[in-house]
Amino acid sequence: MTVLGWLQILLVLVAVVAAAIPLGRYIAKVMSGERTFMTPVIAPVERVFYALSGVDAKREQGWRSYTLAMLAFSAAGLFSLYALQRLQGYLPLNPQGFDGVDPALAFNSAVSFITNTNWQNYGGETTMSHLTQMAGLTVHNFVSAATGLAMAFALIRAFTRSEAKTIGNFWVDLTRGVLYLLLPLSIVLALVMVAGGIPQTLLASVEATTLEGAKQVISVGPVASQEAIKELGTNGGGFFNANSAHPFEGPSAWVVMLEAFSLLLVPVASVIAFGRLVGNWREGRSLLATMGIVLILGVTVLYAAETFGNPILTALGVDGAAGNLEGKELRFGQALTALFSVGTTGTSTGSVVAMHDSFTPLGGLVPLFNMLMGCITPGGVGAGIYGILVLAVITVFVAGLMVGRTPEYLGKKIETREMKLAMLAILIYPLLVLGFTGVSVMLKTGLDSLNNSGPHGLSEILYAFASTTANNGSAFGGLTGNTLWYNTTLGLAMFFGRFAYVVPVLALAGSVAVKRKAPASVGTFPTDGPLFVGLLLGIIVILYLLQYFPVLALGPIVEHFAMLAGKAY
Amino acid sequence: MLSQLRPAIAMIVLFTALTGIAYPLAITGIAQVAMKGPADGSMITRNGTVVGSALIGENFATDRFFQGRPSATSAPDPKDATKTVDAPYNAANSSGSNLGPTSQKLVDRVKASVAALGGSPAKSVAADAVTTSASGLDPDISPAYAAMQIGRVASARKLDAAKIQALVANNTVGSALFGNSRVQVLQLNVALEDLDPTPAAAAPAASSTTKPADNANAAAAPAAQ
Repeated sequence: MTVLGWLQILLVLVAVVAAAIPLGRYIAKVMSGERTFMTPVIAPVERVFYALSGVDAKREQGWRSYTLAMLAFSAAGLFSLYALQRLQGYLPLNPQGFDGVDPALAFNSAVSFITNTNWQNYGGETTMSHLTQMAGLTVHNFVSAATGLAMAFALIRAFTRSEAKTIGNFWVDLTRGVLYLLLPLSIVLALVMVAGGIPQTLLASVEATTLEGAKQVISVGPVASQEAIKELGTNGGGFFNANSAHPFEGPSAWVVMLEAFSLLLVPVASVIAFGRLVGNWREGRSLLATMGIVLILGVTVLYAAETFGNPILTALGVDGAAGNLEGKELRFGQALTALFSVGTTGTSTGSVVAMHDSFTPLGGLVPLFNMLMGCITPGGVGAGIYGILVLAVITVFVAGLMVGRTPEYLGKKIETREMKLAMLAILIYPLLVLGFTGVSVMLKTGLDSLNNSGPHGLSEILYAFASTTANNGSAFGGLTGNTLWYNTTLGLAMFFGRFAYVVPVLALAGSVAVKRKAPASVGTFPTDGPLFVGLLLGIIVILYLLQYFPVLALGPIVEHFAMLAGKAY
Repeated sequence: MLSQLRPAIAMIVLFTALTGIAYPLAITGIAQVAMKGPADGSMITRNGTVVGSALIGENFATDRFFQGRPSATSAPDPKDATKTVDAPYNAANSSGSNLGPTSQKLVDRVKASVAALGGSPAKSVAADAVTTSASGLDPDISPAYAAMQIGRVASARKLDAAKIQALVANNTVGSALFGNSRVQVLQLNVALEDLDPTPAAAAPAASSTTKPADNANAAAAPAAQ
């Protein structure tokens, strides 16, 4: 670790917070339907969207109707994206002449993009036509992020209202999220990215003749427009197989700093918007502090583990000064690589600037644990807020039990029904992750996909299900996911990881909304100070360490000691 | 649910038109007009021929050129489409090795590379010289790895090592806060060619998609994703 490395990390984090404060104010206005400086330009487009869709923007929905709208929209996206991939061979903008995508892979990829996961069992430059990348994948990068944002603000509204039957209008939340927030930011970012070296062309490839006279076919395409929303919408699906490690997706250190900034920006700004909407910015600050502590802890461990390097290789005569360089690009350096890798898994982004599979055992444990916690530090667009709010509800309940009072959060009493719904949401994760991992390691078809054996093999499978369940999308890429077994099970993990989680969350919103908002009294447990931060961190540690310690001990932890002992598999 | 069907379908169509067609095409239009070079992939042209992209590494295999890091990229086997063969710096299929830190394959591969470069436990070699990059297309090497190659290039080209040393220094980039100090291999090799052109007949006609690198890719596992 170097001072300069930490300066790079701090520069990005300070810039994120500085930009997130005004952006958070803006998001609060956008999601409350208020007028902003963008209104004169965007309101006409917005009205066209409502008119053509038959949406009455003034009419709000109860939680059931809101949930049905969200599910209907996701279903329409699932079917249309599946069809587009299957039919791409017959459609225009297919300069590489790719055939339709196979059914199992098309199912997996469609679920992946509508759930904001962007897990990729394919290499983009060898599978998807330009039309599929643009009119399929890029579209869902926008709308799946806006769907997450919509649900988060529906839950926030439930806490701010008193005795309310409605939590907002899904179609309005979705439309405003894209039109006022994601699209304008993406336009600016995409153009900066082109200036930084990310291609944007409708050509498929350029053929170069090397100085030695050999041919090199270089894939290009409309990359920048997808790259911008890939980070801003915490999506993470790369245009190329190597994702942001590809020089055309991560051309230089400063572009990757900008990408790390972009993927943290909206999640952090959303927490600030939350503080504003609930009328006490300190409530946002305590959640942000919790997320920040976990994030910085993660960066420290990953950065230290990777600069410590791999003693097995050092013993062979490899200079250890640069740390572990297998699966890393020289232009980023260890510090930025660590920051990006923690940011991408602390949010639900999942884009990568290094191959996580080749991290040292403890280095790989950090992104893995970030995802096992459900990507809440600071979480995906929208998903981070509702994820941490569910944990906050559980925290006040536990605190209430300790002092023997009825727990309250933001003036709302937390009772049996709320606790049941919160636990229902939380418990779906270990069921999917541990269940599918357990079955996969018992099946030959599950093990045939491995690229590594020994404890690292278990880590590959565990990482895949942790990533898909938490809708992250990064991978220990050695695992061959494009098989019938993994296309199906990873697809199911993504589907239930999203929808079996958010339906209880929206039910929780409905249940909280109808309650009377009680003013804070001397007996109210304060949730805007360091005591609450400590308790929330404690709940996170107890909940997730207890659930996952056994399997982590068999994977990355035992591998760490094997590495120190010089044992290879 | 049925009452939600119309907005669901209409919104998918509208967002596809706006964010899937209009947005990427508008960005393409602006980028192609205002920033043609980077928008097309930062290609380097020499004597009217595209010799590569400034951002993408190439498979240099002969002693006359500086060589990049080992690359784990692969290509479909021309004999059997269900299999893949090693094809270093295949810029149409980026990929890392995805070998974990305790992988025997990784240990064997690195051991062979270290030996090929004349290293040993007592005499260590630059780490980037024996490890594959994340994309398999890393355009850069460390100054230490470049220094290891100066003698070889100088004797192959019968040039003064000091001259080559100067070219290396010219093509070393990286300011403190925005990236490591590193040497751009393709730009360095173009500068070498400008100084000392290879006679046309001497250039080997090998194809980069079939010729394995002489440095260390023999054991790299072709990863499927």
